[in-house]
Formats: sequence, structure tokens, C-alpha cells
Amino acid sequence: MIAKSLNSPLALFLRRFSDNNVAVFAALGLIVIIALAIFAPWITPQNPYDLAQVDILDARLPPGEEAFAGFTFILGSDGAGRDVFSAILYGLRISLSVGVASGLIAMAIGTFIGLIAAFAGGRTDAIIMRIVDLQLSFPAILVALMLVAVLGKGVDKVLIALVVVQWAYYARTVRGTALSERKKEYVEAAQNLGLSAKRVLFFHVAPNCLSPLIVVATIQTAHAIALEATLSFLGLGLPQTEPSLGILIANGYEYMVSGKYWISVFPGLALLCTVFCINLTGDQLRDVLNPRLSK
Amino acid sequence: MLAFFIRRVGQSLFVIITMATLVFFGVNVVGDPVAMLVAPDADQAEIERVIRDFGLDKPIIQQFGLFLKGLTRGDFGNSFIFGEPAIELILDRLPATLELAIGALLLSIVIGLPLGLVAGLFPDHWGSKTIMALSIFGFSLPTFWVGILLIMTFSVSLGWLPSTGRGDTVSVLGLETSLFTLDGLTHLALPALNLALLKISLVIRLTRASVRETMQQDYIKFARAKGLSEFRIVRVHVLKLVLIPIVTVLGLEFGNLIAFSVVTESIFAWPGMGKLLIEAVLQLDRPIIVAYLMLIVVVFVTINLIVDLTYTALDPRVRLGGEKA
Amino acid sequence: MTKGGLMKLKSAIIASVITSVGSITFADTLTIGLSSEPTAIDPHYHNLSPNLSFGQHIFDPLIKQNENQGLMPGLATSWQPVDENTWELKLREGVTFHDGSLFNADDVIASFERAPDVLNSPSSFATYTKGKEVIRIDDYTVQIKTEAPYPLVPNDISQVLIISDEYADATTSDFNDGSAAIGTGPFRFEEFIPGDRIEIAANADYWDGAPAWDAVTFRPISSGPSRVAALLAGDVDLINGVPTSDIEVLSEEEGISLWQGSSNRVIYLHLDQFRDSSPHISGIDGSEIPNPLLDQRVRLAISKAINRPAIVDRVMEGVAIPAGQLLPEGFFGVSGSLEVEEYDPEGAKALLAEARYPDGFSITIHGPNDRYINDAKIVEAIAQMLTRVGIQTQVETMPRSVYFKRASSGGADGLPEFSLMLVGWGAGSGEASSPLKSLIHTYDPEQGFGSSNRGRHSNAEIDGIIETALATVNDDARAALLIEATERAIGDLAIIPLHFQVNTWATREGLQYAPRTDEFTLATGVTAAE
Repeated sequence: MIAKSLNSPLALFLRRFSDNNVAVFAALGLIVIIALAIFAPWITPQNPYDLAQVDILDARLPPGEEAFAGFTFILGSDGAGRDVFSAILYGLRISLSVGVASGLIAMAIGTFIGLIAAFAGGRTDAIIMRIVDLQLSFPAILVALMLVAVLGKGVDKVLIALVVVQWAYYARTVRGTALSERKKEYVEAAQNLGLSAKRVLFFHVAPNCLSPLIVVATIQTAHAIALEATLSFLGLGLPQTEPSLGILIANGYEYMVSGKYWISVFPGLALLCTVFCINLTGDQLRDVLNPRLSK
Repeated sequence: MLAFFIRRVGQSLFVIITMATLVFFGVNVVGDPVAMLVAPDADQAEIERVIRDFGLDKPIIQQFGLFLKGLTRGDFGNSFIFGEPAIELILDRLPATLELAIGALLLSIVIGLPLGLVAGLFPDHWGSKTIMALSIFGFSLPTFWVGILLIMTFSVSLGWLPSTGRGDTVSVLGLETSLFTLDGLTHLALPALNLALLKISLVIRLTRASVRETMQQDYIKFARAKGLSEFRIVRVHVLKLVLIPIVTVLGLEFGNLIAFSVVTESIFAWPGMGKLLIEAVLQLDRPIIVAYLMLIVVVFVTINLIVDLTYTALDPRVRLGGEKA
Repeated sequence: MTKGGLMKLKSAIIASVITSVGSITFADTLTIGLSSEPTAIDPHYHNLSPNLSFGQHIFDPLIKQNENQGLMPGLATSWQPVDENTWELKLREGVTFHDGSLFNADDVIASFERAPDVLNSPSSFATYTKGKEVIRIDDYTVQIKTEAPYPLVPNDISQVLIISDEYADATTSDFNDGSAAIGTGPFRFEEFIPGDRIEIAANADYWDGAPAWDAVTFRPISSGPSRVAALLAGDVDLINGVPTSDIEVLSEEEGISLWQGSSNRVIYLHLDQFRDSSPHISGIDGSEIPNPLLDQRVRLAISKAINRPAIVDRVMEGVAIPAGQLLPEGFFGVSGSLEVEEYDPEGAKALLAEARYPDGFSITIHGPNDRYINDAKIVEAIAQMLTRVGIQTQVETMPRSVYFKRASSGGADGLPEFSLMLVGWGAGSGEASSPLKSLIHTYDPEQGFGSSNRGRHSNAEIDGIIETALATVNDDARAALLIEATERAIGDLAIIPLHFQVNTWATREGLQYAPRTDEFTLATGVTAAE
């Protein structure tokens, strides 16, 4: 029984993953960050989006000061009188959900297109890959910048921009994996059994593309979060009143020279930690899931 | 071969025209540049004059026709704000941006390559692990945030380097460049470093990965067995192989550097194209936005085309298969 | 970064500034960091503050404006009305252009012909020249004729810079490359590299005496923190537009001096007063309700609910003046009796109840986020305050590139879209007719009245007073009319004034700057401190 569970794929995966202590810490850190974001309303002393709870008279108080409402600003307050700690956790929610949502949508679109390219082959494949190449050759920041400039601001617009920037990575990854999967015996076997091409494609090949996809997804999520922050800094990101981490940093940016470091530094550290943990985890995932580099 | 050539060129032209259409209509639906630009107390006659001068009184289809006509002559119209040809304004700023991108590229190789080599050769050493962790750090840092920290540290606090702007320029081969003056280089240092941060991490990781892969190859084992010194193996065999993917990737990343300079240029008041673009976006200077994007499209499509044609010339299999590996 | 680490960094900054102060040699060159650069050297290309400001260095107007926008002799030594529709100006004799040619009436006529009619100008000077005919009497006398009595002729012509008639047909590019940038001003044009720098050098033969600086470099540094850092690092000697967030720390910084003065810009709220049902207003339960802003009591309640001192203190960090009318004290046509509305949340609630909104209503306030000092934060603060008295307020801010179009004509039928919006107005003419004409007068695009009246408040009596004032040449009578119009408009709550902006410049120690209400940054205003 024990022996069996030790050799299950999951256990094997976990064992390999925990080879690297730093990565384990990063993964744990990521879990903590996600938990903090999910449970933010129960942890934070203030709902920073409820204007009735935020008081301008509390603006720019350093860490440790007490708010009019009675609680303590453990990380200080920002220029609008928001509690920086609460704003960070709520901002984390927005940044993470924008990053994950855009990643999932892009993954769905990219996987679909990638699989089609791999199985249709020929002209269809050539056209799709041409578009993918072109898209990938364009700097992400520029594409996002223009899309947001054209579409306008708002969560949905930023989401669209992030999806457009990302889908091609997934499409290329899936196509590559699917092409090599297609040559494998089980696909031939399935086809010989008379299963429809669609069925083989989505039920047999797609699941096998999962591991490279997970790797791409983690890295891309980190990219998306950082990109959203940059867009916000340039004044083209999400709306002000429900600030993401990027907007918190951008808003605090003007205080960087003035010594009111907490307004920008703490959200900056939060963003740094989040992206850092995701990247480290993704990195280790790549090492574990990519057989070429495994020992 | 000729048929293939014509088809590829045709495809590229198609892409350029499609992009021109998308960009033109995309940019022309946002906001109202006239309301942005005229004095707030202007009367109706003045507003109408500006609309006429900018050619915005014509139906959008006619505007598009005029735009396409201008395009064939390389004319993108005059900037709404500066009143001068958009493409000239952009090309005037091109040298500054190229300088920044080249500076960042050199920095990323000079800093990234040695660190990556070390991390790849001694993967289990704690130093290598630190390097790798730091490289991920480099990936995760928001560029704009690091920019002001760099200024605060190196200009304000230590006083070593100038905080903003571009230094003295000299004319080299007809181009005004600040790469060959001391003042120019000191001004370039901080923004180039800021822009290079991401690429340094990339070079470290690429180098490490290919060093690790190369070190496992049979011929390296063979060379070792032959008793060649480790230094010689690295210098002669590994480095050569490692450099190829790095140069390739960095070549591709150059466009990305130019694009990302938007952020760096804003912070360091660097007079490049990126700053021009972001100001044009904020002020709805449509001809500049369109010209900038078209310039980038044409450059990328041309690079892609050249790469494709070169591949084909070198490797006839590509022609037959119709797809690249 | 830990707090201790930051303190160390800060003391290191101070130390470095002190040492650099010690090594300053008072050379006669000046470097100025500008928040926004002029779009052209052509003085008639773009009617925009940075262009007007820079133009003063190379060119002179007939009539200059001093720091408080008072009129002073420029290339004209005197000006007075000779009859209702005619002003006569005596020109200064013996003034030469930078190319050595002599200034006379022909140059004035050429300049007034060129100013309204530059190709591709995004915002022309026609605003100042229309309805005026310039007639040459002799070499050093001109008359300006208007179609109707018009008292603001001197204010208008103070905005038009004089070029040499030799360059009457020069293009904007000719000015930008320097070939036509020949004026009579205190500085000569040297070089213009857009986005990078503008260099000018002293005109030793200037009619008002050679300037104090041999050479001046203007550098555009649009990012606020970067501009402050450049000053702290000693790369520039003077910056304008000091961010409010940095004022506190800069004022404590040794080696840095701050120069502040009130501006001519009022920040205010416009309220939808022309629709029976306003698009961004609904009942608390989301149901459609009649536009409550039509009720003057509701407008007054909003004004009372706003804690102006708190906005000035907490959002503007003390760098603003609470406003009760259209222009701050000291300007022409300002009422002495209007007070800033007291913060009175209870009174606001009572008024809302009286107007049959005891439970308030729901509204969205709109504002730009890149136009005025701290604009988005002010909007947020107001939303907090309105929510406290029961008006559930949502906030939407956007870049000015989108905002102003929607604010002016984004709604159905090209009408203003927003219900409650934050806007600012700078009185370029330096007196009260400017905001009255554009913000308060009934919207009338044909006549150029009410061009920025985005709330569409309309009161025929006030319109009449404004129009009479604009045709009254006698200063005392005009001042009385402007004051009356202002008092009635504020009484109607046509707009809700919030505060007047205060402009801040920062210099390295040893320099002083004379703050200007028109926000201009002039090298001639910089002097070495005694």
C-alpha cells in the first residue's frame, strides 16, 4: 500500500519537486499569498473599496498610526486614506484574478488553436503558425498598450489585452507537443479503433499536453501580473478606485522621493514576492516536468 | 524558388496592409483629438478650422484612402501636436532609442554571460543557486519601480551618475550619437541598466540551460577523458555552442527592448521614440501613433521575411514541408 | 526596505546635497527642468501654456503681463482707448531684432496677420486676434479697431508675440530649426532638440537690459519624481510643477528652496442642470429618478458636504486655497463678500431631506486622472464625503484624452455625458470675465459663449450682465458688473468651486524665483538670492 502510493505519479512529482528547497518555500509562499487574497475580507481591518469606510483625513499616515475608525495602520495609509495592508490584500485579489483569468482564457483559446494547427496540418497549420509567429514577434507591452489605448480602460479591456498578448505562447506550445504526441502509438491505436479525430484530439492528446502547458501557464501568469502593473503605471491600466497592486505601486510612485516610502514600497514588495514565488515555482515545475533536463 | 519568393513577399504585403487597416481604424475610434487640443475657450469657428486642418471633416473611408495613398510615399501625415511630418519626428528620435537598446543589450551580455556560465558549470554550488534566485528576482522586479530606485541611489544619494536626460552627442557617420562621449555614456548608464535588468536574467538563464545541456554531450565527456583542462573545454567547446542560442534569442529580443524602452524613457526623460509614443497616446496624436506602429510592423515583417528566405535558401527541406521546425 | 535603511538613505541624500551646495560656483548658466515642453518654437503655432511661457524668452508682446498678470509696457510704451471702438498704442523706439533689424509698426501688423493663421495649428491665436483690425498710423503708432466696444483689448494682445515682418511667411519648421526664430526678446534662440533640450543665450542688446543669465537650457522631465530627483542630484537648478507629495520633504531639505504662489486656476464641479433624468444618477435601489441636481437645495447640500479644508490639507498637502468663487483674491472682478462654503454635513443631510431625498440617491462622479494636480484623488475624496451624507457615490476617472470628449459631447445627441464632474479653469486673461464667459454663460457655440459650460446652467439675467461687462470699457463699472455676475452665479450654484491651485517651483539654494499666477516658468524670473 505504502509502496504503491510512493510510486504514484503525484507522489513522484512531489518528491522530485521537493528536491529544491527554495522551490518548496516558493510554492508554500504562493499558497499563503493565494490564501491571503481569497480570505482578504476576513483578514483586513478595512474594505478599501467601500468609500464610506475610507477617510481622507487618514491620508499618508506612517505604519503604526491609528485610524479614525480605531484600527491600526500596520503598513501605513496611502494618499486617499486607505489602509495599505488592506489595499494590498484586495489588490492582490485583483492582480491575481486578472492574471489567472487572462491566463485561463488565453490557454483555452491557445490550446484549441494549437491542436487544430497540429492536426489539420498543411495550409491551415501554415497560416495559423504564421499568425502565431507574427504575434510573438511583437513586443507584448506594445500590443497591450495599443489595445488598451484603443479599447479604453476597464477590467474587461485589460483582460482582453492580456489574452491577446498571451494566447500565441499556448498555441505554439500545444502544437509542438501535439505534433510529437500524434506520432505516438496510443494515438494510432485510438484511431485504429475507429474513434473520431475530434475525440482523439480532445480526449487523448490534449491531456498529454498538460505538463508543458502548466509550465507555460505559471510563467505567463507572472508575466500578465507584471504587465498589468506596467500598464497601470503608464496610466492605462485598471480603474483607480479598485486598485490592483500595479496601481497601488503607481500611485505610491510619486511618494518615492518624499520619504513616504510605505505607500509604494509595501505594494511593490507584495508584487515582487508574488511574481517571484510564481516564477520560482514555475521554474522548478519546468525542471521536474521536462524530462530532458531531469536527472 | 521564385514562386516561393513571390508568395512570401505577397504574404508579407498582405500582413502589412491588414495591420495598416487595423491600426488606422483602431486608432481613429478613440477619443476626440480636437477637443483635446483646442483652447478650452475656443469658439465654434476655431474648432471647425482645426477639424478641417487635420482632415477630420472628411468621411472616415476617404481619410483611410488618403492615408493609404500617403503610405505608398512613406507619408503618415503631420503630427497633430508638432505640426511636422510624423515619420520624421519618429526617425529623429530613433538614434536615442537605439543607443539605449544597444547599451542594454551589451550590459545584459557583459553581466549575464559570466554569471550564467558559473551557474551552469557548478549547478549545485550555493553561489549558483543564489545567482539563479537573483535572476528570477530580476524577472519579477517592476521596471518602473527599479528606475526611480536607481536614480535615488546612484544620482541623488551617491551623486555618481546624472539622473535624467541624454548627454552630449557627436556626429558619427551622419548620426548624432552619445555613445562616443564620456558625458553621453554617463547619462546612458542608468537607463540602460534599468532596461537591461530583465535581459540580464534572461541571459543568465539561457546560458545556464545551454551550458548544462552541452556539458552532458558525449564529446565533452570525450574531451574530458582525453585530459583537456576544464578551462579549455569551457573556453573552446562550451562557450562557442552557448553563444549561438544567446545571440539568436537576443537578436529577437532587440525589438522587445525597443518596445520596453517606453517605460524607461518616461522615467529617465530619455528623448527617444518610446517617450514620443506614450505622449502621443496620452494626447491622441494619431499620426504619430499610426506611424510608430506601422514602422514597427514593417520592421518586424521584413525581419521575418529575410529570416524565412534565408532559411529556405539554406535548407531546401523547408520549401518542401512548408513549415519550419 | 526597512525604516532604518530608508532613514540612512535620506540622511545620505541630505549629506550629498550639502556637499554639492558647497561646491557650487555661481556660473551664469541656468538649467531648468520643465514638466512639459513647448511643442514648437513658432510663437503663433500653438496657444498652449508651455509654448506661451517659452515664447517670452525669444519674443516680446506689445504688452507684458507681470507675475500677477498685471499689464506692463512691452514693445508698446502706452495704450489707451481713443474712442469706444479704437485703442491707440505707442510703440517703443530703437528696439532691434536679434538679426539687427529695427522694430516698427510693420512688424506688429505682420504678427497680427500671421498669429491666427498658422497652418495645422492645433489651437490658434485667433481667440485673441478675432474682431480686431490693426492699423498703422506711423512707424511707431498703431491703432486697434474692434467691431463693438471691447475692454479686454490690452489683455488679448498681451498674448500675441511679435515677430519680424521679414518672417511673416516662415513655416513652423523654419522657427523650430532656428532660421526664423528671430525676436526682440531677452534671449536668442540656440538649439531645439524636441524631447531633449532647448538652449538659449543672452541677448546683450535687450531693450530692458541684458538678462542675468548668459545661457539657459530647458530640459523636459515629465515624470514628477524624476524631476525632483534631478534637482536633488544637482542636474538642474530650477524645476516647475513640484508634486505636492514632495513639498513637505523638499521644504525640510537643506540646499533647496521652494517658491509658491496662487494660480489663476480654479478647480470646481459642474453639475448636470439641463436634463430631467441624468444618465449617471439613480435612486438608492437603482431605479430611475428625476434629476435631483435641478433642485438648488441638492446642489447646496453637495457643496456643504464637501470638506474643502480637508481636501486642501490632506489631498493637496496644504498647497491649495479653498475656493468660494471663480478667481482668488487680488484678481480683477473678484467679489469681496463671497465666502468659502462651510463644511456642514448635518446641514447637507437636512437640505437633502427637505428636497425629499432623505435617503439620498446614487451618483457617479467623473474626473480626469492626468490633467490637474491630484485630480483623481480629489474626486475620490469628494466621493467619500458625499457618501457620508447619504449620496452613494461611485468614482470613475480616466485620462484626459478620453475624459474631455465625453465631458463635452459624449452623451446622447452630442450633449455633455456626465452628471457630476470635476474640471478646472485657468483665467488666461487674468480677470473674471474669462471664467464667467466660458463656464457660467448659457451655452451658445455661435457666439463663443459657454463653450465649457458642461453643466448647461442657464440664467438669462446673468448672461445679460456678462455681456454688458464685456462691452464696458470703464474699469470700475466693469469690475462691478463682473462681481455681480460672479455673486449671482455662485448664489445659483451654477458651479461648485473647490479650491484654487497653488503653483510651486523649487530651486537650488542661492536662487530665487518670482512665482507667477499664469504658471509660466521664465528664466528672467530667476535671480541670485542676496
